[in-house]
Amino acid sequence: MPAFLFYFFSLLTIVSALFVVINRDAVNSAMCMVVSLAGVGALFFLLRAPFLGVLQIIVYAGAVMVLFLFIIMLLDTPARHRLGISEINLVFVCGVLVALIGGALWLSHQYPTVGDPPQVDALPSDQAPMAYASASKAFGYGLLTRYMLPFQVAGFLLLIAMVGIIVLSKRPPSDGDSPPGDPRR
Amino acid sequence: MVTAHLATLAAKFFPMEPGLQAYLSVAGIIFAIGFAGVLLHKNTLVIYMCLELMLTASTLALVAFSRFYGAMDGALFVFFIITVAAAEVAVGLAIIVALYRRRHTVLVNELNHLKH
Repeated sequence: MPAFLFYFFSLLTIVSALFVVINRDAVNSAMCMVVSLAGVGALFFLLRAPFLGVLQIIVYAGAVMVLFLFIIMLLDTPARHRLGISEINLVFVCGVLVALIGGALWLSHQYPTVGDPPQVDALPSDQAPMAYASASKAFGYGLLTRYMLPFQVAGFLLLIAMVGIIVLSKRPPSDGDSPPGDPRR
Repeated sequence: MVTAHLATLAAKFFPMEPGLQAYLSVAGIIFAIGFAGVLLHKNTLVIYMCLELMLTASTLALVAFSRFYGAMDGALFVFFIITVAAAEVAVGLAIIVALYRRRHTVLVNELNHLKH
């Protein structure tokens, strides 16, 4: 059953990732991107990291992609902004794609497989490295003990990002070289 | 003979128990697709989405390594990666909006003012 789920979700992720690239419309691309990111979240569940799976779906497939959709619809790119590719570029990109996928498959199948370790659900402890556990409790314990400083720095990073966005979103100074017919000026 | 060879190959690439290699293959394929998208597209927003796809593929590889090594630290790092990625997306989209307000385009081949 896990094998079936793995193949289903990896196929879903890969196909929707392909549609992100193939689609000519940015909104369609964003919709396929939501499916792809949710598929990666499901793979996190199969890797016995349910907290990360939930986080992936809420933060990535939810918040980040809603922000993307909002900006795409706000900027409303006209038809000439859509994907227009030359054939030479397409051939080059297909070559790069085949080379990268082949390299990834070759590299990941070069060595003998790693056995599936038994799931550890021991209570969190201070041993190094921390044993892998699927419980959110172990996750929170790790975040608030050993990774306390990075955790706080991440919080400050979000604050700094917020301040930066406010600064960036203010009206630009009026000495910009925007086109003369700009109705805002 | 040929069918036996094909069967071994199929068992190698599609194992009944998906292990580390299967997850790494998926991560590599998603990364490659994202990279192709970055090369192919001209719309800055779509390029940015493909970059996010590559980042997600790398986090998938990190969680897979962490799970099959049996240590929690990799999974904990993915938490920070997701946090930083959220902040990065917000700032990047604000920059794209600011760029659009000045230049009235999001096409990368029209954003070439440093070249001239």
